[in-house]
Amino acid sequence: MGQVDQTSVPTKIVVIGNGMAAGRAMEELFAKQRPPLQVTVFGAEPRVNYNRIMLSPVLSGEKTFEQIIIHDEAWYAKHCVRLRSGQPIVAIDRKAKTVVTSGGDQVPYDKLVIATGSQPFVIPVPGANLEGVVTFRDLDDVEKMHAAAATGGNAVVIGGGLLGLEAAAGLALKGMKVSVVHLMPTLMERQLDPSAGYLLEKAISERGIDVYTKANTEAILGSDRVTGVKLKDGAILPADLVVMAVGIRPNFGLGKAAGLDCNRGIVVDDWLRTSDPDIFALGECVEHRGQCYGLVAPLYEMAKVLASELAGEKPSGFVPAVTSAKLKVTGIDLFSAGDFSDDDENNEIVLRDPARGIYKRVVIHDNKIIGAVLYGDTEDGGWYFDLLKKGEDVGAIRDTLIFGQAYQGGSPLDPTAAVAALPDDAEICGCNGVSKGSIVAAITSGGLATLEDLRAKTKASASCGQCTGKVELLLAATLGESYESSGRKPMCKCTDLTHEEVRRLIKTKPLKSQPAVMQELGWKTSGGCPSCQPALNYYLLCDWPLEYKDDYQARFINERVHANIQKDGTFSVVPRMWGGVTSAAELRAIADVVDQFKIPMVKVTGGQRIDLLGVKKQDLPAVWAQLIANGLMSGFAYGKSLRTIKTCVGSEFCRFGTQDSTGLGIKLEKLMCGAWTPAKLKLAVSGCPRNCAESTVKDIGVICVDSGYDLHIAGAAGLHVKATDLLGHVDSEEEALEYIAAVAQKYREEANYLDRLYKWVEKTGLEHVRRAIMEDHDNRKALYERFLLSQRVARKDPWAERVAGRDLHEFMPLAVISRIAAE
Amino acid sequence: MHDVKTYWFDCGPVTAIPLRGARTVVTPRREIAVFRTANNDIFALENKCPHKGGPLSEGIVHGHKVACPLHNWVFDLESGEALAEKACVRTFPVKIERGRIYLDMGVAASG
Repeated sequence: MGQVDQTSVPTKIVVIGNGMAAGRAMEELFAKQRPPLQVTVFGAEPRVNYNRIMLSPVLSGEKTFEQIIIHDEAWYAKHCVRLRSGQPIVAIDRKAKTVVTSGGDQVPYDKLVIATGSQPFVIPVPGANLEGVVTFRDLDDVEKMHAAAATGGNAVVIGGGLLGLEAAAGLALKGMKVSVVHLMPTLMERQLDPSAGYLLEKAISERGIDVYTKANTEAILGSDRVTGVKLKDGAILPADLVVMAVGIRPNFGLGKAAGLDCNRGIVVDDWLRTSDPDIFALGECVEHRGQCYGLVAPLYEMAKVLASELAGEKPSGFVPAVTSAKLKVTGIDLFSAGDFSDDDENNEIVLRDPARGIYKRVVIHDNKIIGAVLYGDTEDGGWYFDLLKKGEDVGAIRDTLIFGQAYQGGSPLDPTAAVAALPDDAEICGCNGVSKGSIVAAITSGGLATLEDLRAKTKASASCGQCTGKVELLLAATLGESYESSGRKPMCKCTDLTHEEVRRLIKTKPLKSQPAVMQELGWKTSGGCPSCQPALNYYLLCDWPLEYKDDYQARFINERVHANIQKDGTFSVVPRMWGGVTSAAELRAIADVVDQFKIPMVKVTGGQRIDLLGVKKQDLPAVWAQLIANGLMSGFAYGKSLRTIKTCVGSEFCRFGTQDSTGLGIKLEKLMCGAWTPAKLKLAVSGCPRNCAESTVKDIGVICVDSGYDLHIAGAAGLHVKATDLLGHVDSEEEALEYIAAVAQKYREEANYLDRLYKWVEKTGLEHVRRAIMEDHDNRKALYERFLLSQRVARKDPWAERVAGRDLHEFMPLAVISRIAAE
Repeated sequence: MHDVKTYWFDCGPVTAIPLRGARTVVTPRREIAVFRTANNDIFALENKCPHKGGPLSEGIVHGHKVACPLHNWVFDLESGEALAEKACVRTFPVKIERGRIYLDMGVAASG
């Protein structure tokens, strides 16, 4: 203790910044045994230290400013801290060891602490500096928002993260009509996975707040005051107030100007020391091991380390702790912690209760919890977080972990026993109000032994189908070994529902995104698997062509890069050749591309077009660019989509030709190109019954005859060979086009993903298709209209999109190393 | 064991690889596939399936696994081992520092 006596002159500590990090550091410091100190605090805001994260309840009116003050005047007085609020520091003189205030005062320090926090990021769009555009950082911002809300009107919040949503909810409570504009596909994507993000969006929308995701702000409109927000897609949202809540940037200009090492923030070591040994920094303004922070928990950890360091102790350094997040919007319960981005079904446990809007997911690695996302019921958030932080082995309780802390100690039941143990009045089918008792009675006394019979008699699982799994378990439990499973095949291991049931529910509920399908239909995994993802992507694309946005990550490599991968990793490129007809100019363009890119093989395909084989992946965009420049486009030879329309020459040249088969083929291809289908779709048009285009082994084939056109469907010449069935006859070319597009649309809307057209007809029956197309004229016209609507979006050239720059990184190596320095 | 020097080569920022995606690093001796999983882990494997030489970098990344685009052999990104077959693809040391990917070319470029 002799040391303390020697330093009779107190150490002068100057703190720049009076936010939560600095406040907590002082609190920790004053609680310690320490040498005498003289602390001076400079705050840019003209007020005492308050709890910034509680500004949201102040905005919504649920709290007053006084209620969120952390340190009042008396606290500063008690600890002999000189508080100089409203006096920003403008410079640090490291040589003289002084700081300079905006008023020109020079204040000396022995140790300096920089805690200048962060600044809200303002996206640099036209109009960002208009009157009425605010950020959400301090009490002044809240007061501006209160003033705007007093007159009602429209508010647009840019940014659907934690802060943006709290601002939106607060403004809505204050009576404004609020819209949230968010760049990413789901809200709060940094804290929530897509399933929880979906539920959150639903809850926010239910509060009357309009949510626009995947929305990019182009400009803020208005001449002197803000009047609206314009999005990149052209939509204009009226606005009297715009709140920018798109993130924060460390505020480190002062440190940088003083010559301290800075990167994204002021660089500090584990003891929060900057490159100057007498200057420390903490909070949102620092960068520690490449990381900057915006949540309060790690800042408080920093405060502990710094206080200990300033008190002359030898603390172990700052270790960034796992953080958890909660949204402070009354009535919305969500919790997330740790790393939850692993979507491997073996590493996660998922529990969904669609009826109650509950979603829980715990991510496990090596028997330890590494992340958790909870929505709707967050009671166990703290428990999971505790297990996570302590790194406890949860192997022994893995089976019951997801049911929460209260359930632990109970013994896990196998699913059949669990259903059997339910009381008779337990409701199994929520849609039709069918109890366990009545189902069991139908089985035992009614003699029903199959799911189909039960559905017909009791209506159990006959509506939405979510309880299908439970009903099947009841059958198994009641009939014991004599129960033979119905053989119905669930779509994949993520669900008990079949493809047909999922397709029906997507339409009837309606469900318009992958997270919506997975949550509302009780998926057993968080993000699906490689088998259901492409199927759902197709179903949604088919049913909601104008609303659903294609998800490339859910597609196989060929559909992702619009070319066919070959055995040596090169790709093949097939341009569209309408009806198999080409021209000198097209052939010349193809020849030039072949020469220029040294394409090793050019081959005529079975579908009457030209295949360029052996194209290197990195050459694809350049090859496409050159083909497009000469009027060619993607032939979709790689997709579950319309492939080729094979034709013979027909009446134009052939002496047997009865109709212009080539012309019809071209018209069909122009009508249908770009359409995604459950599996590949091949057509052919033959000019006479000699059938040179082999129409009778295609998915859809046309045979021209003197009196018109015979329409054939459901042929195949692949793994299976099958001749087509005659669907019917039409008299005119216009009818042929309409009828064929209608068949294609019916197939698109009804078939299971990956079922070729003949498979679908095999399942539904030719008569079902014939009646819908040939007899029910209103229905056919409606199908045709829906096909045209979908084509409005689909009929585009994906090659052109790639050439224009979409995901160009796909085609280039990350790095090319020609020689190694170390060798 | 022959003497191999550690030589960390900066391959660029983590964000240059799409989530659940991969890109290649071309070296004189071999092509290396660098994967980025959904939870931001990075792995480096020889870009060549032991079955028929398929480019693993084009496969669908799922959890910590990748499926070869040619015949769907699935490999563990961490160990390089095939899941259902007796086969293994070589892995290479890789690390992330300050958001950038470093590949140990001492190993990756040697035999």
